[in-house]
Amino acid sequence: MLYDLAIPAQLTAALLPDLLLMGGAMCLMLLAAWKRDSAHHQRTVGYASLGLLTAVFGTVAWMALRHDATNTGGVIAVDGFRFLVDLVVLLGAAGTIALAIEHNDRDGITQAESHVLVLFAASGMMILAAARDLMVVFLGIEIMSVAVYVLAGLDRRSPRSAEASLKYFLLGAFATGFLLYGMALIYGATGETQLNRIGNAVGSLQLAKDPMFLVGCGLLLVGLGFKVAAAPFHMWAPDVYDGAPTPITAFMAASVKAAAFAAFLRIWFEGFYFGWAGWANATWWLAVVTMVVGNVVALQQKNIKRMLAYSSIVHSGYLLVAVTAASAFASTAFTFYVLAYTLATFGAFAVVATMQPAGTTDARIADYEGLWHVRPWLATAMGVYLLALLGFPVFGGIGFFAKWYLVQAALASPSRLSALAVILVVTSVISAGYYLQVVRAMFMQPRPADAPAPPAAGVLTRTVMVVTAALILALGLFPSQLVAITKDNGFRPYPFSPALQMGLPQMDPLANK
Amino acid sequence: MRHEFFPLFYSFHFYLFGLLAIASALLFVTRKSPVAAAMWLVNVMFCLAAEYVLLGAQFIGAIQVLVYAGAIMVVFLFVVMLLNLGHAEAVTDLRGNAGRLAAGFVGLAMLAEVMVLAQSEFAAELTPKAALARQAAEAIDGPGGVIGPIAAPLFREHLLAFELTSMLLLTAIVGAVVIGKKREGGDAR
Repeated sequence: MLYDLAIPAQLTAALLPDLLLMGGAMCLMLLAAWKRDSAHHQRTVGYASLGLLTAVFGTVAWMALRHDATNTGGVIAVDGFRFLVDLVVLLGAAGTIALAIEHNDRDGITQAESHVLVLFAASGMMILAAARDLMVVFLGIEIMSVAVYVLAGLDRRSPRSAEASLKYFLLGAFATGFLLYGMALIYGATGETQLNRIGNAVGSLQLAKDPMFLVGCGLLLVGLGFKVAAAPFHMWAPDVYDGAPTPITAFMAASVKAAAFAAFLRIWFEGFYFGWAGWANATWWLAVVTMVVGNVVALQQKNIKRMLAYSSIVHSGYLLVAVTAASAFASTAFTFYVLAYTLATFGAFAVVATMQPAGTTDARIADYEGLWHVRPWLATAMGVYLLALLGFPVFGGIGFFAKWYLVQAALASPSRLSALAVILVVTSVISAGYYLQVVRAMFMQPRPADAPAPPAAGVLTRTVMVVTAALILALGLFPSQLVAITKDNGFRPYPFSPALQMGLPQMDPLANK
Repeated sequence: MRHEFFPLFYSFHFYLFGLLAIASALLFVTRKSPVAAAMWLVNVMFCLAAEYVLLGAQFIGAIQVLVYAGAIMVVFLFVVMLLNLGHAEAVTDLRGNAGRLAAGFVGLAMLAEVMVLAQSEFAAELTPKAALARQAAEAIDGPGGVIGPIAAPLFREHLLAFELTSMLLLTAIVGAVVIGKKREGGDAR
């Protein structure tokens, strides 16, 4: 179905899954407020949220299978890229709620609204995946962020959770200032907020060297770099990831990042494509600094949550390679990578949540020593997730193909980013240092005699682990299906060129690099 | 509403809202309960908005309601109630059934007035004088009135952004409640 977004009814139809999620979340908000907070009510709302997410997932899949589309104008996009990112985000939200139901039970968190906030954040993420207008991008980012600020501080009895929430909120508000100022300057330089019109203006007005446009790009880069935790804007990430309840940490590390990157990619590919010569150096260096800093600091971590936080920073660096490559192939590699990363991250944090003693946020790597001898399946699952994050062949399943695909995208880009691809591979090798350290501790060291037995995982947590591990391995053995799906649903950078077709010279900004 | 057509109606309402505003302002500074004081301040804002509309500045009137009475005062009340400073039940200004009846009567009277005005708006031929006033207003401000040029793009081109903003505000409110709500069993670990 082809939508004409100028007609309100069709705009509504194009936003069907988003509206379903928002409306359902509001109903669940009323359900959550209906009764006093209790462990039982928290579980009820949690299960209802999972049901809602399933319905939305089905709607998105249905629209994707119908190959719904829209023309290139309008405030939102209806394309395969949006639907794929939506599905990944919904998977993440469902994983978060599944983990949170049991984690809340164990830590005595009874606010039923916590699940509703996850749904609100997910709706903001879906808006981000669709946004084709800077205003909508901003609102999507804020709906997502405001909900996550609160979620980080959910554990009201933990001072570290409160610290995480406040730190994230203050720094996030600061980053929002950069984002808005950047958008204002872009509007000043192009006179537009819709991405296709910005794209036309950047091409026809030759803005690649325009100071106002470039400063706007730079400020936008700072704002989005904060949201995706790219170095040097990553300082908040380890403290916030460490202090927040573990399911929320997984949500922040996987879904928030995926959604923010989706908007990042769309703005840069559709809006700023013809400014490539101006901004490519900035994203190139941002990618390199993020990869190097994240990896080097991750090597020194003793706490597994902080280690995974730095690992998530590193993965931002890898994804920035896709942004720099600026090609249809890069968008394909991006969706593939984001799915692999989301699966591995949720699996790893499910294990971390299980291993944490109730009521603490401590998660030392030393606790994992000899895990193989007491809980072999748990250790095996964690091994799969870490190897997937590392990008190890066969045992890391889909993770290897994700990274390989990303390197291919960098090399196949018209600008031939071979140096960036080399740095990606070298830093991946460095990352073996900390991923394999945990694997070594689990499999090759004896269990200390005084170590307490790890608590048993709940049914939902176990489901999350089994599903993620199975998907990682199965898609790793048969990746061609997924490759075909992502290939069909990549999006061409700068898909619209009415202004350029009308007499203006066709130019390829990547040709001279 | 142009006063050259309805001088009595105009001056009656102008002084009525002026006096109401002054009375509400006095009540605002003399109340003991912060919630009651804030409510009276909201009332001042509403009366001022009515004055602006009578002066022909409809847009400022609408913004007065939206920004001052709507946004700022509601946030103010929200903070007062969240921090539990209000104790509204202890120092309520409406005592007994007589007060409630009076409040209900005033509410119904205002509703009736709005209904009558809305009807005369849609059937402007009801009185020739009203139709004349309407034509004069349209000659000056255009068909949508003063607010039209702002309202039309807001609810057409930027409809999605507008609705998303309300979603953002709802998220923020739910978040504030989740963070601010008192825990049963205490907060300290």
